[in-house]
Amino acid sequence: MKPEELETKAAAEREKQAKFVATIACCASAGCQLPGTLTTTTDFFKQKVKEAGAADKVRVVPTGCMGLCSKGPIARVQTAGQPDQLFVELNADLGGKMVADYVKPVAEKAAPKPDAELAKHILPASDPFFAKQTKVVLKNMETLNAESLDDYILAGGYQAVRKALTRMTPEQVVAEIKASGLRGRGGAGFSTGLKWELTAKVKGDVKYVICNADEGDPGAFMDRGVLEGDPHAVLEGMIIGAYAMNSTNGILYIRAEYPLAVERVERAIRAAKAAGLLGKGILGTAFNFDCEVRLGAGAFVCGEETALIASCEGKRGTPRPRPPYPATKGVWDKPTCINNVETLANIAPIITRGAEWFAAMGTEKSKGTKVFALTGKVKNNGLVEVPMGTPIKTIVYDIGGGTANGRKVKAIQTGGPSGGMIPAQYFDTPVSYEHLQQLGSIMGSGGMIVLDEDDSIVDLTRFYLEFTVDESCGKCAPCRIGGRQLLTIVDKIAKGDGTRKDIETAKKICRAMQRASLCGLGQTAPNPVLSALKYFMHEFEARLKDGKAAPAPASVTK
Amino acid sequence: MASAIINGMPVEITPGETILEAAKKLSVKIPVLCKHPDLDATAACGICVVKIKATGRTLRACCTPIDSGMDIVTEDAELVQVRREVLELIMSKHPNECVTCARNQNCELQTLCADFDIRHMELPSLVPDIAKDTSNGTIELDPRKCVTCGRCVQVCQEKQNVWALSFLDRGIDTRIAPAGDISMAESPCVSCGQCSAHCPTGAIVECDETQKVWDKLIDPDVVCVAQIAPAVRVALGEAFGFAPGTNVTGKIYASFRRMGFKAVFDTNYGADVTIMEEGTEFVERFAHGKGALPLITSCCPAWVDFMEKYHNDMIPHFSSCKSPHEMVGALTKTYWAEREKIDPKKIFVLSVMPCTAKKWEVRRSADMSSSGYQDVDVSITTRELARMIKQAGIDFATIPEAQPDHLLGAYTGAGTIFGATGGVMEAAIRSALFLITGKNAANPNFEFTRGLKGIKTGSMQVAGKEVRIAVAHGLGNVETVLDEIRKAKAEGKEPPWHFVEVMACPGGCVGGGGQPYGVTDELRLKRAKGLYQEDGATLWRCSHDNPYVQQLYKEYLGKPLSEKSHHLLHTHYVQRPTYRR
Amino acid sequence: MTTATTPNVQEDLQRIAKKWKDKPGSLIMVLHEVQERLGCVPRNVCLELAKLIDVPVARIYEVVTFYNYFKTEAPGKHILSVCTGTACHLKGASKVLESLSKELGIKEGESSADKEFHLQSVRCVGCCGMAPVVMVNGAIHGKLKPESSGKEIVAQYRGK
Ligand SMILES: Cc1cc2nc3c(=O)[nH]c(=O)nc-3n(C[C@H](O)[C@H](O)[C@H](O)COP(=O)(O)O)c2cc1C
Ligand code: SF4
Ligand code: SF4
Ligand code: SF4
Ligand code: SF4
Ligand code: SF4
Ligand code: SF4
Ligand code: SF4
Ligand code: SF4
Ligand code: FES
Ligand code: FES
Ligand code: FES
Repeated sequence: MKPEELETKAAAEREKQAKFVATIACCASAGCQLPGTLTTTTDFFKQKVKEAGAADKVRVVPTGCMGLCSKGPIARVQTAGQPDQLFVELNADLGGKMVADYVKPVAEKAAPKPDAELAKHILPASDPFFAKQTKVVLKNMETLNAESLDDYILAGGYQAVRKALTRMTPEQVVAEIKASGLRGRGGAGFSTGLKWELTAKVKGDVKYVICNADEGDPGAFMDRGVLEGDPHAVLEGMIIGAYAMNSTNGILYIRAEYPLAVERVERAIRAAKAAGLLGKGILGTAFNFDCEVRLGAGAFVCGEETALIASCEGKRGTPRPRPPYPATKGVWDKPTCINNVETLANIAPIITRGAEWFAAMGTEKSKGTKVFALTGKVKNNGLVEVPMGTPIKTIVYDIGGGTANGRKVKAIQTGGPSGGMIPAQYFDTPVSYEHLQQLGSIMGSGGMIVLDEDDSIVDLTRFYLEFTVDESCGKCAPCRIGGRQLLTIVDKIAKGDGTRKDIETAKKICRAMQRASLCGLGQTAPNPVLSALKYFMHEFEARLKDGKAAPAPASVTK
Repeated sequence: MASAIINGMPVEITPGETILEAAKKLSVKIPVLCKHPDLDATAACGICVVKIKATGRTLRACCTPIDSGMDIVTEDAELVQVRREVLELIMSKHPNECVTCARNQNCELQTLCADFDIRHMELPSLVPDIAKDTSNGTIELDPRKCVTCGRCVQVCQEKQNVWALSFLDRGIDTRIAPAGDISMAESPCVSCGQCSAHCPTGAIVECDETQKVWDKLIDPDVVCVAQIAPAVRVALGEAFGFAPGTNVTGKIYASFRRMGFKAVFDTNYGADVTIMEEGTEFVERFAHGKGALPLITSCCPAWVDFMEKYHNDMIPHFSSCKSPHEMVGALTKTYWAEREKIDPKKIFVLSVMPCTAKKWEVRRSADMSSSGYQDVDVSITTRELARMIKQAGIDFATIPEAQPDHLLGAYTGAGTIFGATGGVMEAAIRSALFLITGKNAANPNFEFTRGLKGIKTGSMQVAGKEVRIAVAHGLGNVETVLDEIRKAKAEGKEPPWHFVEVMACPGGCVGGGGQPYGVTDELRLKRAKGLYQEDGATLWRCSHDNPYVQQLYKEYLGKPLSEKSHHLLHTHYVQRPTYRR
Repeated sequence: MTTATTPNVQEDLQRIAKKWKDKPGSLIMVLHEVQERLGCVPRNVCLELAKLIDVPVARIYEVVTFYNYFKTEAPGKHILSVCTGTACHLKGASKVLESLSKELGIKEGESSADKEFHLQSVRCVGCCGMAPVVMVNGAIHGKLKPESSGKEIVAQYRGK
């Protein structure tokens, strides 16, 4: 397609949509299945709308996750000229009522008449859950038809690709991303612009751009949300990156546990190819770029770059030493740039709105926004996006609503199995790469688990260790054996059989793992243990055979 | 030239060089466990960690290229402590069985533990309960002793292209085994033993058969006969402190005699006979058009096994000659037995080989019992012989040299060089030239067959015709050669070569799977040099000039490829499935 | 030697192999398709595939045993995947697992004798907001009551 056709397509879509009076945007994630129905949420509402005879006035749109998963299943009703209404915690009955008593009247320009019961399920958009967020990556999630390229184009999609390809040189694109201060959202927080620059400089006939969608942190689902809800945004980021680095081949490496994400991405790729937004001569320029989906198969370590590369080559996902870095030797020894889903989803907005706009958000060293998967004992579980620098307490108490059970929050855990605990007394800390690291945790990919007084730190430590032991690729001794021995010790302590000596041994093993493991998995696997020992030693001591239970510092709980 | 700093000392570096290699130049020894000089770093142990001075970041010395300007610390208290901790972790998953282990006193892991004072083992034992696999009778696998360094897998898959061994499962359960946990005997393993030669521990070792030999030696009714392969004589000395490549043939003969062997023969003699047979076979095919070209050598049993499993379309190209030690075995129990009037039933033939595959070969097929009895009763490796000599109370360093029994023990330089890659070919050319032209070459050295290049090719004019030859060693190099042959065949073209030599082990038998540990290219070259030195110094350089071989044909076999030699010295090939399960 | 695959399966394997053969490194994709078709990747299929896609049997096994997703034996009909990710863990995933295990009389990773159920654990299916979660044949069952989850879920699927 020619660049101008983006406008034509958008106009056509706008016209099509203008025929409808209302839209039911429903979360089509697997998690938001309506209890008591066997169809998908989208099909359910389509059926109801049809039964109500409103099919020509009401559009039903499958979206991605709207963020407030704990209140799912969720549907958002949009009516021209009126504020959106969010219907939460639906079931088949309520869903039927929603269409009959709210959507149908609205569509017929009559006053809606929700009964008391339905009214309880309406959440105003002014709820602090939404009000305190800033959405860049998740901006389309609540409204976009995740299965429609045209809807994406109407929302301004592919304008960034157009701008980059027609009005910028690859060097300018790299410079823009560098200037934005964007850092990788996959965990390590490396400057994306710098990574692109390094890869761009390497000479090579074939280069690869890989989207790392392996999202293995157990308890994190940011990437899944984006892939399911806004797949084109990720493709757009990849295309721009490929242009900047002169790459022609793209791979999206997606966890097999995310079938809907795979389906949505594959659909998006097909649509983009058909529209000339992928493939040869993108948007009528001389730039060629194609991409394909490769599936993971249940191995957390495949999120690590070199393991991911091995997996893409059809091998065991075992990491290899770096250097050589993927930028010089990646897939099939070709220069390769690997970026996280959320990182890529930030690209188009930066190109469209400029590096300055992006860099205006956040802290000195952490720019832009960050998506968190807020879970655990917090009331509002789900996906949230806040500017970097937002204090932890805003996320936990304002957006998350504190605990659901009225217990006190004890700590949060960030960074998953590579991260650490942050006790409640530090909740004034702004979230940023540097601040979280100062506290001995990490930003990681964005998992944020809220723990209340009832949660045992020893148990959670054990849980993370068990995870890394399960997921260790087994290649190198410190991680393969060290992890297992560490787990044995924590197990022993958890059962009340541990001694002070065990804690010393644990620390020694932690050091060996940190220093001598080959990849990030083994190097960071001790982090949950070390941070737990740092802040919650008393919980360990309380279980030791020979340890006197030191009194818990009063300041630890809020 | 670029330079870097290691422990405060400047060092000049070359591109691609690792920290480990650069450190070596400064006499800095960084401990390693998983890295083998022959192989790409697997980076699997974490013992070799060193630090970047400025940042304190740890790197693996074995696989990290040293960059210009790097400032590296290889030893400090923390690094020592980390290495010790890693070793303790490794030992917590390793049986404490040194005293009864084949690698006792010759084990890379044991040495490291000794160096690092691993004295207490306080961590709970994680030794897995996996049974030993002794099924194929040549090499045995004890997964409990495996440190998953990956060397064997790399060798078996990449160097040898056999793919018998693989990593299975992951994490703490990672183990090496044939695909799907079948037994070694059911796997494609060709018994080359390269895995055992590269293993740093006792997890893969040769199946020890020394007891069988002692049992025969003490039996007064048994007449024990021994022979040694070409490559053994330049490697065994390493086990007794001799420099690699030192020729200790005479000492080996003497040791055999002390142990009680009634006759001491030499496989080199068998190699000379092989050349008579195989050389004639070549002349038949090349000059008289009788049989497929190229002719491919068959004296390496691992190669034979590999061909029968993976490349059996090549059967018509294979020389039907048995390997030299089998020829000696067959002749011992017929020719020698008849002359000495000994009932062959009473004869026990031991062959000492650089090779684990020969253990399989002695039982390979009915052809290996052409004398009416198993022609070679037991084949042991160089490593096993070293242990037997120690058990026999022989001071190998000082024992005076002895002579073999010449009837099946006198040999030519051509027989000697069988032990190095290209040697069979060079020996064959010497005799083929004579067989075709009736004259010996003025210069018997055909240097293009020598050296460690994976595939060596060359050609020469013989009686106005071009003879093209190829030499491959290391099974991983074979496919390229075979594919070219196949291509020419498919296109109906002249074969690219007329004569092809293949040896399964990199470097040929000097680098055999049963040789003393620690093989590197440097060592292979030194051992080969020992062989070429002996070749250069021998009275006879060509197999057909061996008077005892001439006597054999006159007195017993008639001529090469006679009916009798076919019966005793040749064999047949069959297709074998790669997987028996 | 193992038993040969049936002609039907053979045909499907050939189709899958043909689709991927020319794309380097596609072994994992091939295995996904094979498992989707057969429920697992048994030995005879590994041997067959090796020939079809020209990948050594050893490599196929290395991969099949490395990745949790692949099975070498056919699982029960209904696959119960208990999420043991962090969010679910905090909300009682281990009790869910226990309850299912008790109800079915099998351990995690096993199939029931009648081959009706297969019980396994997975790490986070991305529905953490609904924790604790069990995925049954791809459908999410969330906000479970850990203690009674076993009875409830099994009852829903038994005999179906
Ligand atoms: C054990 C391990 C698991 C990882 N898992 C993921 C993952 O699931 N997704 C991801 O994007 N990055 C993951 N990473 C980080 C990646 O290796 C890599 O840094 C990242 O994909 C780079 O992209 P970014 O610069 O956009 O963050 C993981 C790293 C390690 C060591
Ligand atoms: S918000 Fe979370 S739980 Fe809800 S549908 Fe999305 S991914 Fe699933
Ligand atoms: S640190 Fe762990 S996951 Fe990483 S290579 Fe080593 S064993 Fe594998
Ligand atoms: S392998 Fe080495 S360390 Fe292990 S038991 Fe044998 S000799 Fe001892
Ligand atoms: S080294 Fe120690 S354990 Fe081994 S035999 Fe000697 S005394 Fe015994
Ligand atoms: S003996 Fe040779 S073929 Fe057999 S497993 Fe070892 S390396 Fe592989
Ligand atoms: S068997 Fe030996 S070479 Fe092979 S992985 Fe184990 S320790 Fe290493
Ligand atoms: S092939 Fe090797 S083992 Fe056989 S006789 Fe020659 S040197 Fe000895
Ligand atoms: S090359 Fe020599 S040592 Fe190696 S397998 Fe062949 S005959 Fe044996
Ligand atoms: S899954 Fe429906 S709102 Fe998140
Ligand atoms: S020797 Fe370097 S990691 Fe093992
Ligand atoms: S932890 Fe169970 S779905 Fe994420």
